[in-house]
Amino acid sequence: MTDGGMPVGTARKRPSRTIDTERLVLAVGGPALALAVAIALTSAVLLVSGRSPVEPYVLMVEYAANADIQVLIVNQATTYYIAALAVAVGFRMNLFNIGVDGQYRLAAMIAAVAGAAVTLPPVLHVLFIMLVAVLVGAFWAGIAGLLKTSRGVSEVVSTIMLNAIATSIIAFLVLPDQFGEQRGNNLTTGEIPRSGWFPNLDAGPGGEIYGFIVVAALLGLVYWVVLNRTRFGFDLRATGASPSAAAASGVDAKRMVFTSMVISGGVAGLAGMPVLLGDSHTYSLVFPAGIGFTGITIALLGRNHPLGIALGALLIAFLDKASATLDYNGYEKEIATIMQGLIVIAVVVSYEAVRRYGLRRQQQRVGEELAAQSGAHHQNLSKGASA
Amino acid sequence: MRRVTKLAAAVTATAALALTTAACGGTSTESSGDKGAAIAYDVGGRGDQSFNDAAYAGLQRAEEEFGWEGQDIEPSDGESDADKASRLKELARQGYNPVIGVGFAYADAIEEAAEANPDVTFGLIDDATVEGDNIVNMVFSEEQGSYLAGVAAAKATETNVIGFVGGVEVPLIKKFEAGYVQGAKATNPDIDIKRQYLTQPPDMDGFSKPDLGKEAARGQLDQNADVIYHAAGLAGQGVIEAVAERDEWVIGVDSDQYEQKTLAQYKEHILTSMTKDVPDAVYGLIKSVEDGDPQSGVIRYDLSADGVALSDSNPAYREMTEVTEAVAQAKEDIVSGKIEVRQTP
Repeated sequence: MTDGGMPVGTARKRPSRTIDTERLVLAVGGPALALAVAIALTSAVLLVSGRSPVEPYVLMVEYAANADIQVLIVNQATTYYIAALAVAVGFRMNLFNIGVDGQYRLAAMIAAVAGAAVTLPPVLHVLFIMLVAVLVGAFWAGIAGLLKTSRGVSEVVSTIMLNAIATSIIAFLVLPDQFGEQRGNNLTTGEIPRSGWFPNLDAGPGGEIYGFIVVAALLGLVYWVVLNRTRFGFDLRATGASPSAAAASGVDAKRMVFTSMVISGGVAGLAGMPVLLGDSHTYSLVFPAGIGFTGITIALLGRNHPLGIALGALLIAFLDKASATLDYNGYEKEIATIMQGLIVIAVVVSYEAVRRYGLRRQQQRVGEELAAQSGAHHQNLSKGASA
Repeated sequence: MRRVTKLAAAVTATAALALTTAACGGTSTESSGDKGAAIAYDVGGRGDQSFNDAAYAGLQRAEEEFGWEGQDIEPSDGESDADKASRLKELARQGYNPVIGVGFAYADAIEEAAEANPDVTFGLIDDATVEGDNIVNMVFSEEQGSYLAGVAAAKATETNVIGFVGGVEVPLIKKFEAGYVQGAKATNPDIDIKRQYLTQPPDMDGFSKPDLGKEAARGQLDQNADVIYHAAGLAGQGVIEAVAERDEWVIGVDSDQYEQKTLAQYKEHILTSMTKDVPDAVYGLIKSVEDGDPQSGVIRYDLSADGVALSDSNPAYREMTEVTEAVAQAKEDIVSGKIEVRQTP
């Protein structure tokens, strides 16, 4: 599950521009191939069921041309993006944090309670709510990190279980006897005062885009800088690629596992914030669930790269929102669900295919270079002998 | 040839979308017409043998009578209020009137859509927290009907142990539990009531997975329960199956489950059902709009007008005169206000 790029540790000099272009082609080729295959397979499914293999796409694209639907897509993508970044932090470290879902829900719930309970000046209030969310998410993921480093419990198992536990804790805390308020048949945590709202961006007739999109973009930037331009990021990628090699070079692998789990959870804690601070201003029974799992799909799709994840988040959000129109036009919107599933499968397969192709190219080139070198060497030797 | 270009256009447009947010001026909520009624479902959608199906039954009745074809739309997983509002507005834009949201989850979305479409009537089932001139809140007194179910269970039991299986532990289902427990305790203070919920929100499996209901019911049967009341939607089928296997009594919910075709093989074990007249409520709203005099405000469906009731289609139940008399008496007392039924356990 590590980054599909170059193996860490072989930080060799880039020999030429052509190889850079080749890497780019390989990086873009994977997802493009996957998307093409997914579209082709979905069309095949449509054909088999006697439908037009093209019309659903046209309908969806037409529907997505509406400004309000675009706002829905961008807002949904913002949430997905943060969740996927959280998953990607773990992936880079070879950790599979399936617990993003529980982490963001618990974080959003407790942050909502805390936000409604305090009175603070506008900017501070928002920062306070975000801080609470980060801490709760980090704490919840930290449990899984601690279990892994101290007892060797697989984070896959522990985070899944922590999801279930988070669900029960939330269900308990949201009761009127604890922090909840009953509103009709709904349970909420009370409304956060206006000073704790994150200002949204006005998109004219389309509605409002979550202002939190700025934070999401910044998160992506920080993610990239930390991973690629800091000692910590290098250690993290090194440990992900080969724990034993990293340990041999002086990296404390256990500490890295714990730290990256905590960071992953902290980022996950923010995934609920676009909705909480920009729209609902309360945690209730109808707060969006399941975003953490979509985040896994998107992190895979985006190859753990912040830009790739952004495109992946937009694509999945597009399929989610634009598919609504299918129901009105005699198609089932589940077509989009089929497509999402096919994209995931195609992505995994095509990345592997592209990776093998890249590896073969590399071997070939190294072989050629070696052959050329040894040829030259041989010549030199014979020259020396003749002298 | 044309197909190929269309596909190419679709693919390019998908990619271009990422770059052109909000570039287009129009929104999806413009224009209008008259196409009949539309309903937007809660989690589970059509086919849940319960709440959503009941709303659909109301729509179907209206379709037959008024001759148009309505629309019914299901939600997707993990959606937010904005998605629900978008769905309602889209239905209104397409010319459906009234537009009905099934379930309290639609409350905030209905408020927003109703404000944006003052000429369209919006129905909202199970919620009275949002108000507007063009909003019709259809609420039910589930606790009253459940009280009668509790009386029936307490009278019919031989082991003095009865059970309650709730789908998802949400305030709505707790109203069922509250009424049931109060009714049973009022009939027999020493009765032992086993209560269990299948899942916690946001895990809605408790309304949709029969195996969960089956397991819970078996547990209660093992503890000697001989009458079990379920409020678990489709998962309740598992309860009914488990009870039928052990030859005990089960009390159905929402619609008269004795009459349900999918449950025909278990019908002798369905003592009675606590019915919630969602079909009539939905049909009534649609008819009022068709007649040009749309309903408005909160409409409460309770025992007095059979908005909730206890069915008596099982002949075996009708023969238990001691039970039916006690139920009739309790109903009278609730309607007259002599008994007040709690909404929380």
